[in-house]
Amino acid sequence: MPLLHELAHCRAGDKGNVATLSVFPYDEAQFSLLAREVTAERVRAHLAEYIDGEVVRHELPGLGALHFVCHQIVDGGVTTSLALDTHGKSLSSRLLSMEVGVGFTALTPIGDEPRASTR
Amino acid sequence: MHTTRIGSGAGFSGDRIEPAEDLLRRGDLADLVLECLGERTVALAQQRRLADPDAGYERRLPARFERLLPLATRGGVRVITNMGAANPLSAGRVTREILDKIGSRATVAVVTGDDVLAEVDLDAPAWETGRPLREHGEIVSANAYLGADAIWPALGADVVITGRVADPSLFLAPLAHRLGWDLDDVPASAAGTLVGHLLECAGQLTGGYFADPGHQDVPNLAGLGFPFADVAADGTAELAKLPGTGGVLSRATVREQLLYEITDPAAYLTPDVVLDLREVTVTEHPRGVRVAGARGKPRPDQLKVSVGYRAGSKVEAEISYVGPNAARRAALAAEVVTTRLAGVPLRAEVLGGETDCRLRVAALSHDLTLLDRVGDEVESLYTNGPAGGGGVRVHVGDVIGIASTLIPRERVRPAVTLLEAPDAPAS
Repeated sequence: MPLLHELAHCRAGDKGNVATLSVFPYDEAQFSLLAREVTAERVRAHLAEYIDGEVVRHELPGLGALHFVCHQIVDGGVTTSLALDTHGKSLSSRLLSMEVGVGFTALTPIGDEPRASTR
Repeated sequence: MHTTRIGSGAGFSGDRIEPAEDLLRRGDLADLVLECLGERTVALAQQRRLADPDAGYERRLPARFERLLPLATRGGVRVITNMGAANPLSAGRVTREILDKIGSRATVAVVTGDDVLAEVDLDAPAWETGRPLREHGEIVSANAYLGADAIWPALGADVVITGRVADPSLFLAPLAHRLGWDLDDVPASAAGTLVGHLLECAGQLTGGYFADPGHQDVPNLAGLGFPFADVAADGTAELAKLPGTGGVLSRATVREQLLYEITDPAAYLTPDVVLDLREVTVTEHPRGVRVAGARGKPRPDQLKVSVGYRAGSKVEAEISYVGPNAARRAALAAEVVTTRLAGVPLRAEVLGGETDCRLRVAALSHDLTLLDRVGDEVESLYTNGPAGGGGVRVHVGDVIGIASTLIPRERVRPAVTLLEAPDAPAS
């Protein structure tokens, strides 16, 4: 099964002990497929080691984005965290290591076309 | 339509200086914003101020301003920054001295009033934990996030220095001032706040925090250029970076930054407006990326307050194991340390792959003797632990925790102090 990393990019943000993870399919036409695969429950399960609280998903089709708000980051956020990555900046890459389902296998393989504008 | 150009010259305290110099030299800016104050920075700065009443402003202010102010004053670019940190007046005096030294008669205005330690209710529960603020530890600072209305009376000056203000307000205030917006105009405040939110992290809009080789390639990342925006009176904005600079500004980078640190896309709370990002449009065009469609609701009645408290000290101790069976040796080392420190709350983890592993042990406590013991146990693995352990590093540092609460606006009283050039021109 393909990794989410092959199909989407992601940015992590942090505010107190909340982490935000926004996921964007490279091909915005795949938004609905992504929305079906990358649910709040699956994100919560994939990042279970790092998130103690609830994961809320916001769907933003006009922006081609799924935005995950993850509550109660393990260790309690940047100021008092014992983690090496106190901010949780690397959670974006951890999320992209999630496997996604068969619906995506028909997509263009990586390397066939540029993934993002590089003006 | 009337437009104004605003640049972003720093996105955090340690940010590079050259991109801002470049923007001042050839960006044709009206305003340059330097955002240098993280969530914890004011509390750390407050600690320095307690030790020295003249300290407590951003430590890199002199280095940054000695390079930027000669260019800004020559080009007539107004500079707005939160480098005042826990001591904006002292920051203002240092800035005045820098300007006097270069013979500039540019004026400096200092915004104060964010320090609400005397006003805040320490029995109120913290957002993060629900426990009363005072139970978190010795309180060292409490700073309200001031808004554009607090910056407004300072905008007649050439250099505006604040302490804690909401990051987008640093941009909204000068935009409203240039474009003739009323801060009570909700759609205008929403549009200006959107621009501020996108620009406040500087290089994160133009290809920083984005590159992923083979997936998202960024040209000349080493020469990353910082962004600016041409904002029109109707609130639409064209984001761009200077020709020849490294990085990438695209629909992808702008959308990533649009949602960065947003905990509710329908209601991003700022002191100026409640911003709704859901209908924002992001369109690439030949000179950059156009954004429009910010919506909003009137500003909240209360302001967010960041409260800093002494959370103790943190030790971090590490040792490496490499080669065949490294993972098992590192795991054995972790077992040795946790056995010998049984009962001590700590985090022990093995980082890295199968053949290049680093055991990392971290603990937080008010008991420095205990923290020393944690470091000593990791160091003693050199001669008492598994084979081939090397590269021990032990670091102990004070930790300031942050908890958040709210304060009614009427209990916060911002003020502006003007620092003009001495009467006699500098000789």
